[in-house]
Amino acid sequence: MSAIVQFENVGLRYGLDSETLSDVSFSLHGGGFYFLTGASGAGKTSLLKLLYLAQRPSRGVIRLFGEDVVTLPRKRLPGFRRRIGVVFQDFRLVPHLSAYDNIALPLRVAGMEEAEVDAPVSEMLNWVGLGDRGQARPATLSGGEQQRVAIARAVIARPEILVADEPTGNVDADMASRLMTLFEALNRLGTTIVVATHDLPLIGQVAGAQMMRLDKGRLADPTGALRYPPLSQGNGG
Amino acid sequence: MSGTRDRRAAAAARHRLLPEGRVAGPMPWIIAIMMFLTVLAAAAGLGLGAAVRSMSADLAGRATVQIVEAGAEARDRLSARVAQALRGADGVARVEAVDPATLSDQLRPWLGEDATSGDLPIPALIDVTLTAGQADAKVDRLRRLLSGLSPKIRVEPHAAFLLPLAGLLSALGWLAAGIVLLMALATGAVVVLAARGAHDSHRGTIEVLHLMGATDVQIARLFQRRIALDAMLGSLLGFAVAACVILLLGARLIATGSELLGAVHLPWSSWVMLLALPVGGILLAMLAARWTVLRALGRAL
Repeated sequence: MSAIVQFENVGLRYGLDSETLSDVSFSLHGGGFYFLTGASGAGKTSLLKLLYLAQRPSRGVIRLFGEDVVTLPRKRLPGFRRRIGVVFQDFRLVPHLSAYDNIALPLRVAGMEEAEVDAPVSEMLNWVGLGDRGQARPATLSGGEQQRVAIARAVIARPEILVADEPTGNVDADMASRLMTLFEALNRLGTTIVVATHDLPLIGQVAGAQMMRLDKGRLADPTGALRYPPLSQGNGG
Repeated sequence: MSGTRDRRAAAAARHRLLPEGRVAGPMPWIIAIMMFLTVLAAAAGLGLGAAVRSMSADLAGRATVQIVEAGAEARDRLSARVAQALRGADGVARVEAVDPATLSDQLRPWLGEDATSGDLPIPALIDVTLTAGQADAKVDRLRRLLSGLSPKIRVEPHAAFLLPLAGLLSALGWLAAGIVLLMALATGAVVVLAARGAHDSHRGTIEVLHLMGATDVQIARLFQRRIALDAMLGSLLGFAVAACVILLLGARLIATGSELLGAVHLPWSSWVMLLALPVGGILLAMLAARWTVLRALGRAL
């Protein structure tokens, strides 16, 4: 498998503060399943922001799909972003759009014909258990329902990389398990999955997943950052 | 049919990406007021321009010959000779002696009944209309011709004494053009401020669209369309009210019966130019909105 993401000595500093991320280096391979763990404030969300191109690093090199995205001209970024699906920690649903329209956003942004939008959106709504809530605005949905819409929106365009920031934080154990099943299914189809989470038992559910741990902005084990989580080792991962 | 339906559905879906309703509540009303003032200023400029052109064309080809002879009989004889000489002169299209009675009537308000008593010597006047072109040279030729008849003859081209008035009207016309330009700049500035405000208030939505791979142009189009709708509403309203005011004022000007005020009129070509103002206003608003949003987006990653 080839490296789809490469970070080399990446540092990120907000303003004049000390570095939020320091000397972060790792590679993610296409089709891999990765968990990112660490205490609150360790820099997980900042690392994900670099990954889904919401932020440029203060130093270092980031390669996505084989191209250096740090020096990439702005006008080329949308093409890269369309290959990445994101589940935000705070969902970031568009408040004046219905659940249906929120989920359809990536397809419409990509210019899909309107007649082709309905089937995948309806299918995705049913899959996340919101088949009858398609016309509901985010404000009328519960936290868990909003999170399911956010997840559906992130995966509907079959991204090459799916980045999820605490995707199971607001859903019950059953839904969390179903989400992981979806992520695994996407992973089997070739999507590289990166999930930031505190939920260690969840990590154990995914056979073959690898784990990165951040501690105070640094990968905890720079010499061999990617490790199998203890439970998945038992599954032969 | 289904293709059209699909395109409409796609457009409707795109338009929903920004909340329904006006981008900035008072925008259409502000644009309506500015368009109203712009159309009035433009109409004034065009009307005065038409008056200046009409007056210049009219005055350039006309002159009055005065026969300043105290004796009534000598004046009448000299007038007849002058009229005869003028009718035979090159460059003269029409010669018409001003009726002494008409002249007396016009002077009565200033001179009282003395104007008609015959005791007060009043010069005889002959209106001369010249053929088109080279008015100054023709007037000079007439002066030379008539000075041979008597030293008591004066030739006064109309352009000379109405020139200051034409200059004033021309200056007012340019002032109106300046006001139109300033109003266009102010409209652009209002749209820029409204677009910035709209961009700020929809920052969250824009960020999400960006992270999903929307291009700057895709996002700018949303604002452009919404502001174009505001501008269209405001421009049409402002133009309609201004057109009503212009028509009412035009009727009042005609009612005065004044030849001078009657020269201030709007030919159909001027109405076409006025109609171009709301169209231009909408285009200006769209361009200003697009430029503002693209600039703001360019500062983000």
